[in-house]
Amino acid sequence: MTVLADINYVEPWWMQILKSLVIFLVVFNFIPVALMADRKVLGRFQQRYGPNRVGPFGMLQPIADILKLVGKEDFRTWNSVAFLHRIAPILSVIAAAAAVAVVPFGPVVDIFGTRTGLYGMDVSIGPLWIFALGALSFYSLMLGGWASGSKYSFLGSMRAAAQLISYEVAMGLSLIGVLMTAGTLSLVEIVEAQAGMWYVVPQFAAFLIFLVAELAETGRPPFDLAEADAELVQGYMTEYGGSKFGAYYMAEYLHMIVASLLAVTFFLGGWWLPFGIDPPAWVYPIVVLGKMLLFIYLFIWVRATLPRPRYDQLMSLGWKVLLPLATLNALVTAIIVVVTD
Amino acid sequence: MASWNPGDDVVEVVRGPEPGGAGGFYRAFGETLRGLKTTFMRQFEDVPTFQYPEEKVPVYPRFRGRHRLHRFEDTGLEKCVGCSLCAAACPADCIRVVAAENTEENRVSAGERYAAVYEINLSRCIFCGYCELACPFDAITMGHDYEMSDYNRSDLIFTKEMLLTEPLERTPLRAEGE
Repeated sequence: MTVLADINYVEPWWMQILKSLVIFLVVFNFIPVALMADRKVLGRFQQRYGPNRVGPFGMLQPIADILKLVGKEDFRTWNSVAFLHRIAPILSVIAAAAAVAVVPFGPVVDIFGTRTGLYGMDVSIGPLWIFALGALSFYSLMLGGWASGSKYSFLGSMRAAAQLISYEVAMGLSLIGVLMTAGTLSLVEIVEAQAGMWYVVPQFAAFLIFLVAELAETGRPPFDLAEADAELVQGYMTEYGGSKFGAYYMAEYLHMIVASLLAVTFFLGGWWLPFGIDPPAWVYPIVVLGKMLLFIYLFIWVRATLPRPRYDQLMSLGWKVLLPLATLNALVTAIIVVVTD
Repeated sequence: MASWNPGDDVVEVVRGPEPGGAGGFYRAFGETLRGLKTTFMRQFEDVPTFQYPEEKVPVYPRFRGRHRLHRFEDTGLEKCVGCSLCAAACPADCIRVVAAENTEENRVSAGERYAAVYEINLSRCIFCGYCELACPFDAITMGHDYEMSDYNRSDLIFTKEMLLTEPLERTPLRAEGE
């Protein structure tokens, strides 16, 4: 049997279960935080308060939203495909959540006398794992739109498909520079390689391309062509209601969190603090999550600012601007790496 | 005979620089950053929202809110004499007045007659203020209250007693120069 990927460090089985539970509980609890931040910060950008009625400062609004969605009737249109219609939102959440597994929150540290990596797993194919799951999440949009039996859903999923494919290419190419500089495909080693200098400095062009591509990948405004509430009445989500819509909604914010975590891992030096500050090991995950919140803020900021581009503009930006720039960046990086080696 | 040249009527269109290319990329990037700065600065400005149920919007002195009926302050008699001019002036036809004669034992208003029934259907009222203009004795005026929602349509028919009493909560009035 051929080995497709190596796992660089393996803990005892009980620690694996424990740490995966902790990671997913923490990351899932950032979904309502991101949701709340989205609405509150967007409100501040638009000079309003945002939700402030439910609980102190409106902090219980996400719970109220989720309860409302879960309490709704679970329906589907008569010409929808039941199985696919049901499985698509689940797939969306799974694809987004599974990407968290490879995100490093810290190096290998001692917990209860056990050597434990502060990450789900350290695979030797980190970025490939992420791209594979990104492609899977695109299936969820596609299936959801197609199985709904509605033209708006279908149009939305078609747009989503084209958009995701075009931006996945640019994103992959923008990461090649990082991978070449680090000389590894393991995300943990990529972060460790950024100890001296975060890759946002030497790979600034790649960082910008990655940001734009991630905006498009997560389907957040201004690249929310797939949803486009003004023209496509929510696109692939048109025929979804209740907890299925809730799952899509959750997946959108989970995507945003994952995209932020990836940007932190690849470009913002993961758990490293600037100026050589070396905190104790338990601070590392907090540093990662803090940087993640910065990126979530950036997502909301961009959403508050930029209008949605026309569909052909979106495509030409992806293929005519980002893709050549990413290729050029990879090329220049390759030359520099070879020359300085 | 010269034929009509459509070119003469065409107004010259001023176009921006061509999109695309390095210059277009630079412009788009710069404008994006400018937009990001604009929205960023908005965060530090005051929020103009009124937190409504706790914080009511003050009204101007001549704001036309819910009607009030008035009494003479010295004698306590009603100003309304039941002339029905307000009902005649009302474009929405929401005022109903039934007049009755004042007697020595039962003196309600200062005039010869008084309004035995005075009803305003606030679900039909358009708050135009014509009743106020039509009234020869300033018996009916438009008050400042704007919180009139109710669960029942019949509860929106305000009777004379309701219109005569002071409102429970006073609507804040806009201060001078505000």
